[in-house]
Amino acid sequence: MKDQTQLRDHTFSVLVYNEPGVLAKVSGLITRRGFNIESFSAGDAKEKGMCRLTIIVKGDDRGIEQIQKQIYKIIDTVKVSPIEEEDKIEMEMALMKIKARNGEKMEILQLVSVHKAGVVDTSPDGFVVAMMGERREVDRFIRTFPPNNVLEIARTGVVAMNRWN
Amino acid sequence: MKMKGSRILVECLKREKVEVMFYYTGGSVVSLIDDLHEYGEGIACYQPRHEQAGTHSADAYARSTGKVGVMLVTSGPGATNTVTGIATAHMDSVPLIVITGQVPTSKIGTDAFQEADITGITLPLTKANFIVRSADDLALTIKKAFYIACTGRPGPVLVDIPVDVQHQEVVFHYPEKLDLKSYKPVTSGHPGQIKSAVEAINRSRKPLVIAGGGVAFSGSTSLLNRLLDRWNIPVVTTLMGRGVSPGNNDLFYGGIGMHGSLFGNYAVVNSDLILALGVRFSDRIIGKPGTFAPNAKIIHVDIDPAEIGKNIPVDIPIVAPVKNFLETLEKQEITCDTSEWIKELKQYRAQHPLTYKNNGRVKAQYVIETANRLFPGNTIVATDVGQNQMWVAQYFKFSHPRCFISSSGLGTMGFGLPAAIGAKIGNPDREVLMVSGDGGFQMNIQELTTIKKYNLSVKMIVLDNAYLGMVRQWQELLCQKRYSGTTMTDNPDFVRVADAFDIKARKISEPGEVEDAIRELVESEESMLLHVAIDREENVFPMVPAGKSLAQAITTFEPFTKNNGVIK
Repeated sequence: MKDQTQLRDHTFSVLVYNEPGVLAKVSGLITRRGFNIESFSAGDAKEKGMCRLTIIVKGDDRGIEQIQKQIYKIIDTVKVSPIEEEDKIEMEMALMKIKARNGEKMEILQLVSVHKAGVVDTSPDGFVVAMMGERREVDRFIRTFPPNNVLEIARTGVVAMNRWN
Repeated sequence: MKMKGSRILVECLKREKVEVMFYYTGGSVVSLIDDLHEYGEGIACYQPRHEQAGTHSADAYARSTGKVGVMLVTSGPGATNTVTGIATAHMDSVPLIVITGQVPTSKIGTDAFQEADITGITLPLTKANFIVRSADDLALTIKKAFYIACTGRPGPVLVDIPVDVQHQEVVFHYPEKLDLKSYKPVTSGHPGQIKSAVEAINRSRKPLVIAGGGVAFSGSTSLLNRLLDRWNIPVVTTLMGRGVSPGNNDLFYGGIGMHGSLFGNYAVVNSDLILALGVRFSDRIIGKPGTFAPNAKIIHVDIDPAEIGKNIPVDIPIVAPVKNFLETLEKQEITCDTSEWIKELKQYRAQHPLTYKNNGRVKAQYVIETANRLFPGNTIVATDVGQNQMWVAQYFKFSHPRCFISSSGLGTMGFGLPAAIGAKIGNPDREVLMVSGDGGFQMNIQELTTIKKYNLSVKMIVLDNAYLGMVRQWQELLCQKRYSGTTMTDNPDFVRVADAFDIKARKISEPGEVEDAIRELVESEESMLLHVAIDREENVFPMVPAGKSLAQAITTFEPFTKNNGVIK
């Protein structure tokens, strides 16, 4: 039997009808079955009246398979597609409000530039910066700044799809 | 033609050919129930004395007839009272429609009087649920609800209808067809997998079929038995599959799992090929994970893909309706020789029969055996939960499916009495016997009124040990006989209780009275309650203690209780 204790992040894409309560149905189901949601994002899909969710859940392979089957049982669910690590394209965006005194401003702007992030708002007390990239890059970007300077973080959650095959 | 939402609902129920439904009225369904009586010709309505009980009755009506059960209640407490009934039906895959009134759409979310978020509450307990925000959507939603409840793996569906939607007038149009892109139950199994299954069966020497609720509910019983007879393959059942193989059939090896027969569990442990049909491998069936059928390849056929591989690893998964699978299998060449295997099983069965020890007190097992002997062969038995349920499962020899009506998955105390009522309403020409314990009987005892009100001839046996017997049994094993919370010596006098409801009743406490009393129960034209004072500390055996394998079933506690209750 496979090692059941191997926990890792699994990404899957779920196409659902945009009915009231559908996000609660999907997220509630994952939690109810004992899994933690690492990331959850939702937006309009190509298909009219439908919504595409990108979900990252931590778990073992068998548990994840079970979760996907259970999500598929929700009547509003049209399709559940696993996104394999090797084929994955993922993006996440973060907004950060960073406090910067005069002596610190240049250093912060340099960090923003090195990470190919952008400044979207400025004030005498600091910046709001935006960063887009893979989840791990966003994590790394956030860790770049001294915690005391970071006032607020907002992240979109990951969106992902498989590459052209 | 324009109609009020409430009238539209009634028309929809008629289109769905609902013949029987249950309701309990209240502030948010006044016009629904008014229209039901005004326009609902052909629909017989029954009002219980509690919404939970009515939901169980609708559930049992569905289980016993194969039709869909319908329960209509008001908002808030009416709706929340159905929750246990919905969860019960959900666990056992019963097609059930629950319609709830709701506060007006303008008041939703304001904590209005008798408002409860019932679609939120029942989200994890229903196959699907809907809130109807405009009467324009009502007919389509009801159509969807019935379709979803009855197809694929059946289950409960709840429809929440706000008061203003009930009053809103729109043009009634009932959709003839439904196209649900996101809901397509499978209709046939993968041919390659079926081929593998046939090869595996033919390679096996000790095949065993485990039949579950999926066989009973899909109407595959006679086909299955024909095939088993032809191929000489033994069969065991889960609780939900009880009756699929007639109790006196030589190929039937009883129940399996925690309180399965020794020979049933022996068959599982020693089999080299399990063909599991419409079962979900619940924890009560598999015992200690990893030890279930250690020598067997497992073929799992189920209509619900999520059940396959959920609780145990499966060698050959087949997602298909059981009936379709069996119809395909019928055309295959099955050639395995099971004569040695059958000989082995027969010998084991002869040496390890289901048994109990007499000691001069009334044994519950004897009561059930006697009822089995004296009641007609097509009697429907509705049980409560606990020892009474297990004794019926062990000692009542069912010869048809849909005869053993029991809360198997959720284990809902209080199910027995309302379930017997629902079964009797659905099967007025058959005997319906309730078997309950003293604990569960008191959880919906108010339904004696319903029996009287509709003049239903329900026969009732209350096995009274003045304990919550199943939990007491565990306490005997695990808590050195400290019976906290399970002692019920303060029970009322059930004969006088029945008398107050104007229901005939008799109490017995001697083994010599059992036969005569049950004869009286069978022969009674009207409903009757038989109160039996049974041996108080009788246990259900065999028993597979929690965390043990099916091979480790015990038939006495003596070695363990002497050992301070520690199982070694």
